[in-house]
Amino acid sequence: MNSPRVYQTEAIVLKRIKLGEADRILTLYTPSLGKIRAVAKGSRRTTSKLGGHVELLTHSQLMLARGRNLDIVTQAQTIDNFLALKENLDKLSFGLYISELVDSFTPDHVEDRRLFNLLLDTLQQLTQDKDASSILRYFELRLLDYLGYRPQLRQCANCGSPIKPAVNSFSSKHGGILCHDCGYQEPSARSLSLNALKVMRLWQNCEYSTALRVRIDSKLASELEKVMREYIKFLLEKQLKSTEWLDKLKRDSSLQLRENAGTENRQQM
Amino acid sequence: MSADFTPTAKPIARLIEEFNKLPGIGPKSAQRLTYYILRAPAVEAEALADAIRTVKEKVALCSVCYNITDTDPCSICQDSERDHSVICIVEEPIDIIPLERTTKFKGLYHVLHGVLSPSDGIGPEELKTRELLARLNGGSVTEVILATNPNVEGEATAMYLQRLIAPLGLRITRLARGLPYGGDLEYADDVTIARALEGRQEM
Repeated sequence: MNSPRVYQTEAIVLKRIKLGEADRILTLYTPSLGKIRAVAKGSRRTTSKLGGHVELLTHSQLMLARGRNLDIVTQAQTIDNFLALKENLDKLSFGLYISELVDSFTPDHVEDRRLFNLLLDTLQQLTQDKDASSILRYFELRLLDYLGYRPQLRQCANCGSPIKPAVNSFSSKHGGILCHDCGYQEPSARSLSLNALKVMRLWQNCEYSTALRVRIDSKLASELEKVMREYIKFLLEKQLKSTEWLDKLKRDSSLQLRENAGTENRQQM
Repeated sequence: MSADFTPTAKPIARLIEEFNKLPGIGPKSAQRLTYYILRAPAVEAEALADAIRTVKEKVALCSVCYNITDTDPCSICQDSERDHSVICIVEEPIDIIPLERTTKFKGLYHVLHGVLSPSDGIGPEELKTRELLARLNGGSVTEVILATNPNVEGEATAMYLQRLIAPLGLRITRLARGLPYGGDLEYADDVTIARALEGRQEM
C-alpha cells in the first residue's frame, strides 16, 4: 500500500451499526471513493467529539486514518445536517429509505460522483416542502440510470418495435416497456398508463427543477410508486425493509385525515 | 477419534463449545474459562451454574413497565412513594440505570425494548407500543416523558410516539437535548448547539 496514511473526504452517512462498547461502524458514501466503511471510535459517548458529526444522513468533512481492517475516522465537521429532514417523521423516513436504497445498490469502493451529487441534491430537496413522492421516484429513476439499470422506455424492450401512445405494460424482467403484443405474452408485466410513461420518460432526462414542476395527482403517484417498487424489488431480489415502514406511515396519515375530517379536532405538538 | 482436534473428555469439549457461543469469547478464551472451571472448587462452579439457572427462571419482564425484574410488578412499579402519573419512556432496560442514579426522577418507566429502525425492519409492532397505549388509556397518567436517545432512530421513535399519544391529550415532554456536562463546545455539532441555544436558561 503506497497510499497516504491519513486522508480527507466528504461523506454522507448512509448507515451505522454499533461496535463494541461505544464505537460505531459507519457506511459512508463519498464523491471520489464511492461507498466505504469506517470506524467512528467512541461516537456513542455523549461527550464524543465525533458524535453528531457522523450521525445518520449527515453530510460531513471527514479525516480518516488507514486502519488494519477498517479505516478510522479521526476528525469530523458537519457540512450539512439536513435538520429540517430530521425534525419531521415523514421526511426522515424518506431519507432513511433513500439511504437504504443507495446502500443496497452500490458496491464498495466504486466511485460515482454523479450518484454522490444526486444523493446530496435529493436530501436537500427533501428538507424543503416539495412533493416528496416525486422526489423519491425521480431519485429512483436517476439512481438506476447511473447504475446501469436505466429502464428502456422508448421502444419495446422485447421486440424493439415503437411504442403506441396508449396503455402499455412495464416488465421488470425485460427492464422496460413492452408493446401491446409482447405485453400480452408476458404474464409478469403490469399495465402502465400513458401519463405514467410520459412522466418516467421526462424524469429520465431532466433536472430536479424540471422534474418537480410536473403536477402529479395521487392516482398517478401511486401507479409510479408501484412500478418502481416492483422493478427495484426485481433488481435487488428483495424488498427494501424501509418500504414497510413508509407504507405504515401512509396508512396512519390517511387514517388520521379521515378522523380529523370527522371530528375537526386538530392536534399539535 | 476423528481427524480434527478434540480434547480428551467429552464434557470438557461441551463446556468449551458453550462458552464459545458467548459474545466476545473466542475458542482460546473458551478453553481458558473451561480449564479454570475445572480447577475451581466445586462450590464456585455450582454457584455459577445456579446463577445462570436463576437468571433464566426468575427474571422476567414486568407486566406493567416491561423492565427486567424478579418480581411482578417490578419494585419501581410497586413503589407507592413514586408518582404514578408520570411515565418516562426509554429504549432499553439499561437506560433506566442512569436515570435512577440521578434520584431526580420519581415517576414510573416504560421500556420499549428497541427503537424504530426502518432499514432494519423494526417498526412499532416490534416495540412495546401497543402495551404503552393500553397503559396510557388506563387514565391515571398525566405526563409522558420521551427519553429515547438523541440520535436519528431515537428522534424518529419520539416523533412517532408523539403522533400516537397526542390524541389522548396528555402532556408530552422530551428530555432536553444540548451540551453534555464535561464536553467541549468546540467539538459540539450544529444540531446540539442549535438546541442548546433554543433551550438556554436564565441564570
